[in-house]
Amino acid sequence: MRKVAVIGVGDTKFGELWDASFRDIGIRAGLSAVEDANISADKIDAVFVGNMSAGRFIEQEHIGALIADYSGLARDHIPATRIEAAGASGGLALRQGYMAIASGLHDIVVVGGAEKMMDVSDVASALIQSSAADQEWETELGATFPSLHALIARRHMHEFGTTREQLADVAVKNHRHGSMNPKAQFQKEITRETVTGSPMVASPLRVFDCAPSSDGAAAVVLCPLDQAKKYTETPVEIIGTGQASDTLALHHRRDILTFDATRVAAERAFKMAGVTQNDVDVAEVHDNFTISEILAVEDLGFFKKGEGGKATSDGRTSLDGDVAVNTSGGLKARGDPIGATGLAQAVEIVAQLRGKAGKRQVKDANIGLTHNVGGTGATAVVHVFRRV
Amino acid sequence: METGIVSYGAYVPRYRITPEEIGKVWGVDGKAMGKGLMISSKSIPGPDEDTITISVEAARNMLKRVSIDPQDIGAIYVGSESHPYAVKPSGTIVAEAIEASPELTVADFEFACKAGTAAIQTCMGLVGSGHIKYGVAIGADTSQGAPGDPLEYSASAGGAAYLIGAEKIIARINHMYSYTTDTPDFWRREGQMYPSHGGRFTGEPAYFKHILSCAKGMLAKAGTAPKDYAHAIFHQPNGKFPTRVAKQLGFSEAQIKVGLVVPQIGNTYSGAVPIGLAAILDEAKPGDRIFAVAYGSGAGSDAFDITVTDEIKDFARDKAPTVKQLIENPKFLDYAHYAKFRGKITLGRG
Repeated sequence: MRKVAVIGVGDTKFGELWDASFRDIGIRAGLSAVEDANISADKIDAVFVGNMSAGRFIEQEHIGALIADYSGLARDHIPATRIEAAGASGGLALRQGYMAIASGLHDIVVVGGAEKMMDVSDVASALIQSSAADQEWETELGATFPSLHALIARRHMHEFGTTREQLADVAVKNHRHGSMNPKAQFQKEITRETVTGSPMVASPLRVFDCAPSSDGAAAVVLCPLDQAKKYTETPVEIIGTGQASDTLALHHRRDILTFDATRVAAERAFKMAGVTQNDVDVAEVHDNFTISEILAVEDLGFFKKGEGGKATSDGRTSLDGDVAVNTSGGLKARGDPIGATGLAQAVEIVAQLRGKAGKRQVKDANIGLTHNVGGTGATAVVHVFRRV
Repeated sequence: METGIVSYGAYVPRYRITPEEIGKVWGVDGKAMGKGLMISSKSIPGPDEDTITISVEAARNMLKRVSIDPQDIGAIYVGSESHPYAVKPSGTIVAEAIEASPELTVADFEFACKAGTAAIQTCMGLVGSGHIKYGVAIGADTSQGAPGDPLEYSASAGGAAYLIGAEKIIARINHMYSYTTDTPDFWRREGQMYPSHGGRFTGEPAYFKHILSCAKGMLAKAGTAPKDYAHAIFHQPNGKFPTRVAKQLGFSEAQIKVGLVVPQIGNTYSGAVPIGLAAILDEAKPGDRIFAVAYGSGAGSDAFDITVTDEIKDFARDKAPTVKQLIENPKFLDYAHYAKFRGKITLGRG
């Protein structure tokens, strides 16, 4: 298998992008990644696009061809493929791109992710997002993503004594990080009281415990590591990739307080990378809810099960902590345009490992990790990156 | 020809409901909702009130303040998004009620919340070109939001009428400027009882984009700056939007205070800027300059640069109730009576 490097990254601002269409933002992110990689379009061998539900958000399917067409690549007839795994669509697209290069099939691959969520009503958006849960056993019986995560949060509080304040501290930290990211949807710092005083969504989760809906796109350009220096001075190697699945419905799990898919995907990625959790300097994890980040930092092995909340409140996941978690602001503050999220995580880790993350730069960042989840943990994908 | 406002009159129904009362029914923290919208109560039309009766009340209040022959009124335009009839005009009933019939032209206007200011513009044109002596422009509405919709906390009722002419004008309209695009942020189709809207899309790309662009265009056309105005008024769908847009443009809270009536009566739609402007004229002094920008979904903004003249000194303002007096002594309703008054309860026929 060939080694794979990221040679270019690009993204749009996340948020309410009223003046841009799905194809606009997809192209913007893709183009800036291609420019960053210093390649011409005719070098591109294949495109992979992560997208959860353009069919329901903007009534457009056939996203692979659309992106190839509007990127000006239709005449080159390159393969263009859409990947869907709900919230993990972007991370899975990255893995497909990785495999395409590693296998020797392609030399230059662009992997993008995009979602345009703000063109539908709040109610429609909630229903679309809920389709990532088990439609027959969860959604049709009234479960929504906030309510399923509320069950997890309640049980976590009961089992481990995780507190309301610890949940809030995840949001406070990620908003602080987001305030240093000009691409973030929310760039304002908040306090614990902002979270605990915000309207209730599903007890104990309040508005500020939830990631927003967003429009946005992100993209990376991949090539074989041994060719990377031709294009950039600062390639970043993908040293490990791991993907795992689990039962679709939360109630069928062995334990609702551990996302086994995350645990197994991380084990696989670390094994392949030849590094451990302790080597990771900076991680972008899937914090679609504050409880999700607490679960993630435990399941990825950064902290013992049950200690994620305390570790957060102790500052161990802040910029200068043991492992800097969600330096981009995470899904919580940077925004969560579903299909784009996994790629935005990669964009942030590459910026950190290149030493180009500005005010939120983690000092001497050498190893980075991305963790992208679909549904309530039925799909998880973990990538490990290293500065070259 | 110098044209402008010869007289004005407003009307606001007496009934009110609080956001708390509405929220109680829907399991929503109404108090927080009201605080966010900066609305403490909204007006409700009585069972016998509609856009036409509100228009008549406002027009009669307008005529009480001047001694003109209603037969000299050459045009009546009623701007509303809640005309009681889809085909027959509201304006003909108003014309008969104020004895302006039959030698005049009448038409109903619709442009979401800015139909009333569009009526003022049209009257300005007819008077300014010498085709008519007086024109009456009315903005009035009895709009409502669907039960449980966020709109229900603000959609209210009220209106104001303006007598536009060229003689004895109390407020000269120096400049008019409009900014219009096709932006579908809020709509109601034929036969639908309640409007649909694009949620947060009604904010930045709709209200703010049009008001800011229109206001900047007006300031450039008039060669003025915010500090030149004694008063300013911006369309007031809630208290938050006009307060924020004023700040963005560089107007102070003191400048928008007098015209900001939405906290007490809610969003009167086509009546919103006309009633707010009436509240300003209730207190204005000669030489006061007024900056007014309306907004209508769909979408467009009309701006006016107005100067109060010396005529206001001899103007019989106290012959009709001021906006402040109209808002005083409200009667608060519970949700059940509100629902009954607004026709939200389907009556059995048997």
